[in-house]
Amino acid sequence: MIRFLIKGLIRDKSRSRTPVIIVTLGVLLTVFLHAYITGFMGDTIELNARFTHGHLKVMTTSYAENMSQIPNDLALIEVGDLLDKLNEQYPDVKWVPRIQFGGLIDVPDENGETRSQGPAMGLAMDFLTGNSGETERLQIEKSIVRGQMIKKQGEALLSESFSQKLKVEPGDVITLISSTMNGSMSINNFTVAGTVLFGAEAIDRGALMIDIEDARTALDMYDAAGEVLGFMNSGFYNDEEALKMAKTFNKENNISEDEFAPLMMSLSQQGNMGQYVKLTEVWSIYISMVFIIAMAIVLWNAGLLGGLRRYGEFGIRLAMGEEKDHVYLSLIYEAVFIGTMGTIIGTAIGLLLAWLLQTYGLDISGMMEGAAMMFPSEIKARISPSDYYIGFFPGLFSTVLGAMLAGIGIYKRKTSQLFKELES
Amino acid sequence: MENTSIIQTKELVKKFPIGKSFFTALNGINLSFDKGEFAGLIGPSGSGKTTLLNIIGSLDTPTSGDVTVLGHSVGKLSAKQAARLRKEQFGFIFQSYNLLAVHNVYENVEFPLLLLKYNANERKKMIMDALSWVGLTDKIKSKPPQLSGGECQRVAIARAMVKRPSLVLADEPTANLDAVNSHNILQTMLKLNEELKTTFLFATHDEKVINYLKRKIYLLDGKVDKDVIK
Ligand SMILES: Nc1ncnc2c1ncn2[C@@H]1O[C@H](COP(=O)(O)OP(=O)(O)OP(=O)(O)O)[C@@H](O)[C@H]1O
Ligand SMILES: [Mg+2]
Repeated sequence: MIRFLIKGLIRDKSRSRTPVIIVTLGVLLTVFLHAYITGFMGDTIELNARFTHGHLKVMTTSYAENMSQIPNDLALIEVGDLLDKLNEQYPDVKWVPRIQFGGLIDVPDENGETRSQGPAMGLAMDFLTGNSGETERLQIEKSIVRGQMIKKQGEALLSESFSQKLKVEPGDVITLISSTMNGSMSINNFTVAGTVLFGAEAIDRGALMIDIEDARTALDMYDAAGEVLGFMNSGFYNDEEALKMAKTFNKENNISEDEFAPLMMSLSQQGNMGQYVKLTEVWSIYISMVFIIAMAIVLWNAGLLGGLRRYGEFGIRLAMGEEKDHVYLSLIYEAVFIGTMGTIIGTAIGLLLAWLLQTYGLDISGMMEGAAMMFPSEIKARISPSDYYIGFFPGLFSTVLGAMLAGIGIYKRKTSQLFKELES
Repeated sequence: MENTSIIQTKELVKKFPIGKSFFTALNGINLSFDKGEFAGLIGPSGSGKTTLLNIIGSLDTPTSGDVTVLGHSVGKLSAKQAARLRKEQFGFIFQSYNLLAVHNVYENVEFPLLLLKYNANERKKMIMDALSWVGLTDKIKSKPPQLSGGECQRVAIARAMVKRPSLVLADEPTANLDAVNSHNILQTMLKLNEELKTTFLFATHDEKVINYLKRKIYLLDGKVDKDVIK
């Protein structure tokens, strides 16, 4: 009997192949879009984290209050000790010192006269000790357009568009005019090692990167750093964890009225990142829900139509003496089979597409010009564990539900009536 | 009389709802059939032949009156009981063959036997017997869409008779058959009727069938017009 039903299922393409294709498509889209949304929103957060916010950031209380002005006169001091302490207390987080600074880049000609000039956003980090992981974190090797990485003190990286504006080549010497921690003017020369393109509008406009020890020398910031950034070892921002860490740290270390006491902030506590983090969570839930519901309706109707088309067959089987429950159950089993097949195939293809987008990305930098917040200029999917099962909701659940509803007709109608529908 | 009668209808009425009113398809039918009858309902189109067969076959229920088949009151049977009765006792031949399109001839005829849980060897023998009655042993692998109308009809007949039911309800079984085939099949049916005491109830207006009938019941507008026993 089961063999008989399976034969029927496989031979009748409109009963097997067509619904499997519909389910496959629906599941594929659900899985792929979910991975895409997670990827896009997560990437935006990670991009902002890597360049400016960290998953966590430690600053002095007053630096935090004036964060947008990058007040290096309020920087953390004795950073070596602080790093030791943080590394010990939070072993699951990688802590790195950073100095952000503003300044003017002056490019001299052979005679020492100014050839070109431009304001720069400076970022100093640990390029040279070899254990900060900063080079990998910002994927600098991959972002180099011309020249090479910073290999020794006194070298600098310029963003590609900034270097074009200034008309400098790798190997040229540039002068950074800035102010020290104590407010006096500082003038330092750097050799351009290379140019970089990060694909984030906000940072590609006018960035200068140097090693943190050079910045400390240039800005009179011995053993100091504007900020210490923390990156979770998992690689992804976890808001709940971050908030918890910041809370305990501040309870222990930010007790005094001291405006130089260290203060820890999670990414979501900085600027408008909090809104974005919330948005990310809500959006990926909403969009997935909308999609799951839409697919459920489509697949449910497909199931319904499939069932209606077969009233004649059901009529014959009932007339031969098969019980209604048995006919109904066989319809449900078929739906389970079709739903499972479609879900497995759809999830596999969806994951494959998501993986391709995760690995190779899609360039959308043209659309992001002039954005103030850092958006990734490449669309990337991110496969999260839920992508492995999310397809079952529209795939299996809706198909079976559709079959169940369609099958009710078997009970509602007189057997003789099922034939009439076949005949007409 | 009481113990040999396998079908009895008492004041059987069937009304179909049409919009807000009703159409009376059967209007007070009183009939009784004994085991082993070879009888036919004859009448013009719309006279209620199919409707009566469906009710006797427990595919439909009466609006009022009573129908007793093999000791069971059709109107009072549960769906399960009705299914069991159909499975074990009835063979149906439908006006429009109602074959399973994706299954081949062999499988279509096999279906009733699967429901009755015969084993593969028994099934094979019974199927080949039934197909030889209708002369289709050379087409067992063909599927209904590849068959002519007459061949489909013969498959439907084989399917109805393969399990040797005690009652065969045949609605226009020869509508698409030529004289030779009709003759062969009716001969086979007569043989089964005589050897196994299978009761046959036809609905027809085909002269070829009418000539074979041992009892002719003429229906007109949902009523029995004449009941002629040969
Ligand atoms: N489900 C239904 N709803 C409404 N009217 C119906 C229904 N089934 C049958 N009828 C009507 O009942 C009458 C009898 O129908 P039935 O099918 O029994 O006729 P018949 O004698 O078998 O005719 P034919 O020789 O054309 O097959 C017809 O007028 C038909 O229109
Ligand atoms: Mg009819």
